[in-house]
Amino acid sequence: MSILANGDTAALMAGPVAARMKPPSRFGDKAFEWLTLAMAMAVVALVFLVGWQLARGSSLAIQKFGFHFLTTSTWDPVAEQFGALPFVYGTVVSSLIGLIIAVPLSIATAVYLTELAPLWIRQPLVSLIEMLAAIPSVILGLWGIFVMIPWLRDYPFPLFKKLFGWTPLFRGPIYGVSMLAGGIIIAIMILPIITSVSREILRSVPNLQREAAYALGATRWEVTRIAVLSYAKKGLFGAVILGLGRALGETMAVTMVIGNTPQIAASLFAPGYTLASVIANEFTEATTDIYLQSLFEIGLVLFGITILANLVAQLLLKTMGTKMATRAVQ
Amino acid sequence: MRQFRRMMKLHKLSGKFLGLLLAFGLSATASAQMTINGAGATFPYPIYSKWFDEYAKVDPSVRFNYQSIGSGGGQKQILALTVDFGASDGPMSDDNLSKAPGKLLHIPTVAGADVVAYNLPGNPALKLDADAIAGIFLGQIKKWNDPKLTALNPDVKLPDQEIVVVHRSDGSGTTYIWTDYLSKISPEWKQKVGTNTSVNWPVGLGGKGNEGVAGQIKQTPGALGYVELIYAVQNRMPFADVKNSAGEFVKASLESITAAMATAQIPDDFRFSITNAPGKDAYPICGATWLLVYEQQKDPAKGKKLVEFLKWAAKDGEKMAKDLQYAPLPDSLEQRVLKRIDEIKM
Repeated sequence: MSILANGDTAALMAGPVAARMKPPSRFGDKAFEWLTLAMAMAVVALVFLVGWQLARGSSLAIQKFGFHFLTTSTWDPVAEQFGALPFVYGTVVSSLIGLIIAVPLSIATAVYLTELAPLWIRQPLVSLIEMLAAIPSVILGLWGIFVMIPWLRDYPFPLFKKLFGWTPLFRGPIYGVSMLAGGIIIAIMILPIITSVSREILRSVPNLQREAAYALGATRWEVTRIAVLSYAKKGLFGAVILGLGRALGETMAVTMVIGNTPQIAASLFAPGYTLASVIANEFTEATTDIYLQSLFEIGLVLFGITILANLVAQLLLKTMGTKMATRAVQ
Repeated sequence: MRQFRRMMKLHKLSGKFLGLLLAFGLSATASAQMTINGAGATFPYPIYSKWFDEYAKVDPSVRFNYQSIGSGGGQKQILALTVDFGASDGPMSDDNLSKAPGKLLHIPTVAGADVVAYNLPGNPALKLDADAIAGIFLGQIKKWNDPKLTALNPDVKLPDQEIVVVHRSDGSGTTYIWTDYLSKISPEWKQKVGTNTSVNWPVGLGGKGNEGVAGQIKQTPGALGYVELIYAVQNRMPFADVKNSAGEFVKASLESITAAMATAQIPDDFRFSITNAPGKDAYPICGATWLLVYEQQKDPAKGKKLVEFLKWAAKDGEKMAKDLQYAPLPDSLEQRVLKRIDEIKM
């Protein structure tokens, strides 16, 4: 659309009208370029600033604990021994649970909304999903404690234990608050963002794709699978990564249902703890320097994990691109 | 129509004039008004804000701005001199005090208590003693029908059920009082865990805030945990009578907290702990909260106003404590505090 418009103006400029106009000043263009560059750089600088500030704020802890900070699991503010391993584990595992639950749900929802749903139902459904994103985290957490946890404890969890108790994942006592509950809350929180981004991506798949597939005699499911989903694969992956980004940093609601116990347990019924939660819990009352600095280092670790997750995603995306290209060539 | 428009114009003009007048008036009072900044503990925030409100009527020339950012923040800010007074739920450590650029005074204001809340079928009234509480929180007493618990509660039929221990996950003065008590009554706790606003818990689930702990206790059959007395009273949660060091079972109440302060050993720097206080009527798991001010005030005008306020708080402010479910200081301690406030120099 915009290319066309540019072409139009170019054609106009070439005409006699352009001859009467002053030679176009490049200053505006340049200024615009510099301005946008400055804005883009500011964002990059902000990321570095955050990283640098976190590293500076945790220098004492980095010096004292070194690499052990990441490999030990004692978190003892009294003895001033700090190890972040259980928090790293909790963040990664709860986010993964969240993704495992939320991704199929939200992509299926997006497919339904763009491909299958009757028109009159689409807008109300979209609004409802977006409303879910507007619920404040702490409210969701309270709902988690008073509604979700008792329900999970009484119905689904005992069922999981009965069905899958033979795996180490679903063993041990059921308290309700647990790594699994944390993952479920995360899933609820990232569902709207993955759904709405996926929906936009599926909507941007050209109709020609669908029509071509239909013309070849494909069924609705085949059209969705071949023409739509595989076309939008990269974009959908991006939507998932956006969801992961949110999942890693989710704090308040998770804190309220995960049990806040710094341990590494195989069972998903056991309570856990996340990096973001321990900062939210302990920052205000941390009185000694090394304690505060260790919390800063927790922040640095979380920052590192987020960046790492993004890098891995980019890498995956690249290999995904080349795979698709080679397949096309073949 | 024209008339109307003219009227509107006049109206608008007068409106502007009024706004201007108002702005002038406000800035005039603002310049005459002094703002004293404070930051720190969240536990006493309700009563402090009540005090500041009431004090505005006593002395309109001074305004207080208090940020309840937590005791850790309060201590940091007063050490960095970014506020005029700090507030903390635990006394400052020697280590932190040595960082202060001048002599810091601890001014105790009010006190509160931790209660042992639980969730059992029928919610029977329970009695607990120091050994039982320490045993439960060290993970040595695991079941409700443990002989230690049944011996303390012969009239109650305790179920053969696991005790689900719940503690605070966020750093808090409530946890400070709780661990201070456990450290005093159990050498094993003192050596293994210790006293702090958050600790490395041997057992239990962590709930965020009083509401998080209370929520988990209410939702989990067989749960036991500690919450602030105010919170338990307001939410009608059952809580246990605790045996004090004089051998009496005492119910937590504002009176039994004040009694603990009256009988506890209180050193001259007011960095005291009133847990496990002697005295027949003393509830054993309670603690005070403090304001932190420098003995040598930098700004004489501000210092004078601050001292006036502190005196007012110790005399008149204390009377408001009970209405807000805080325990006031006993008279003997109040006199000592007033004397200390007099020692603040400009």
